[in-house]
Amino acid sequence: MSTGTTEVMTGNEAAAAAVKLARVQVVAAYPITPQSPVVEQLSAWVESGELPAEFVTVESEHSALTVCITASTVGARVFTATSANGLAYMTEQVWWAAGARLPIVMCIANRAMAAPWNVLNDQQDSMSVRDAGWVQLYCRDNQEILDTTLQAYRIAERLNVPVMVCYDGFLLSHTVMPVSVPSVGDADAFLPKRPEPLQIVDVNDPRNIGPVVIADPRADASGQSCHGYMEIRALHQQALLAALEVVPEVDAEYAAVVGRGWGGLTWEYLLEDAELVLVAAGSLGTQATVAVETLRAQGVQAGVLGIRCYRPFPAAALRERLVGRKGVLVFDKALSYGYEGPICADLRAALSGEPDAPTVWGAVCGLGGRDVSPDHLVDAARRALADGHAGTRHRPTDWINLRLDG
Amino acid sequence: MGTRECGSPIAMSRPSVGEAGLTGDWRNSRPVMDAAKCLAAKSGKVTCQLCWAYCPDACITQGAGPAIDLTYCKGCGICAEECPAGAIAMVPEAEHGTCEIDAAAEVAR
Repeated sequence: MSTGTTEVMTGNEAAAAAVKLARVQVVAAYPITPQSPVVEQLSAWVESGELPAEFVTVESEHSALTVCITASTVGARVFTATSANGLAYMTEQVWWAAGARLPIVMCIANRAMAAPWNVLNDQQDSMSVRDAGWVQLYCRDNQEILDTTLQAYRIAERLNVPVMVCYDGFLLSHTVMPVSVPSVGDADAFLPKRPEPLQIVDVNDPRNIGPVVIADPRADASGQSCHGYMEIRALHQQALLAALEVVPEVDAEYAAVVGRGWGGLTWEYLLEDAELVLVAAGSLGTQATVAVETLRAQGVQAGVLGIRCYRPFPAAALRERLVGRKGVLVFDKALSYGYEGPICADLRAALSGEPDAPTVWGAVCGLGGRDVSPDHLVDAARRALADGHAGTRHRPTDWINLRLDG
Repeated sequence: MGTRECGSPIAMSRPSVGEAGLTGDWRNSRPVMDAAKCLAAKSGKVTCQLCWAYCPDACITQGAGPAIDLTYCKGCGICAEECPAGAIAMVPEAEHGTCEIDAAAEVAR
């Protein structure tokens, strides 16, 4: 461990600092609020020569990720960032990057999806592509953004899967905090050069990369039986599930070099004796830590379990920490319209069939930047406790700070 | 023997004949060449060759009377469209009764 520096910076600047330390070779991005300052900073460093990388300007997010896909295919370490409708616009390539098993790192400054138009924070954008086969990590503060972005390259390159580093737009992206920046030596010690890509790009031994793969396995020209579509998808799923081991391992490796770890898949606060557990991802988790202090002052044994890794979903880790508690209240900043919050639904499934499972309550909050204060979380916890005492087993999702009826 | 032994988790192949499978069995209509009309066949020289140049699947060989490989021809009809002499007709496969691809070829490869 060598001395880095501590600087006051925004979440976007923390992400850019990590990308520079990762020695990326190609950056491609299209501006969208609240992500733009990340790539503005990177383009300034490319221009000044501080970051010896190619910055490819493009006409859309779809092309931004396509540039990253092609550069990553030939072995470059690449970066892009986007938000909300920009992520939606690149969705086709989001799936391609994952299915082609490219170790791309993309920061998502989480923003509400239009319509109606809105540039403020919720997590609907990244939650809506949770099924695409990327690892998704959610950050609590600007320090975690820097550290997680560096870790993301290690995770991506060990598993050959892309990683989204998600952080709340404006709440983190544009808010300044002191951030410790590792030294170049530490960053290099933690993150070696990218291994050879899975794709073979050699004029003397040419390949078709990403050809049509039909339903069933089929022999190639040399007689070797090659994967059908399902075999390739099964291997992709195995890689994602392996991330349940790799994400904590990489966090531990990072802590050994840099001196900071973030808990791997999940993190917790005052959880040990907690009967009521508040669950959230991102900066909302930090507010939940304030809420449980208030609840404890009111005599409620409350704690926080934060989701850092949402995909793969840490079902076993959550069961291990939550079975035996009385109640769990999940705060989602996104909604699967027509059902409930995505984290809530996944958590219910993870706990299903456990004889000593807690009651799980769902709440949705902060959509389109609607303010969520610790007091709102406390009020929601008290409503959940009251419903629990009343014996209510099923109730509609609790919409926090909704003012439809006064 | 499972496909794991191919050694790669991604879709990647060596360029080779039939790399995308026996695509001839996709065909609805078959290109049938009339040598009496084909400019190259009539002249006995390697001339014209537009069918060879336009075939998107490289199923037509160059020559003084190009040959079409029906094992892989998908029947797209571009050759018939581009032939300046109208020497290629697209004939529905149903009229032939059988699909002329070698079913054993898949196993052999």
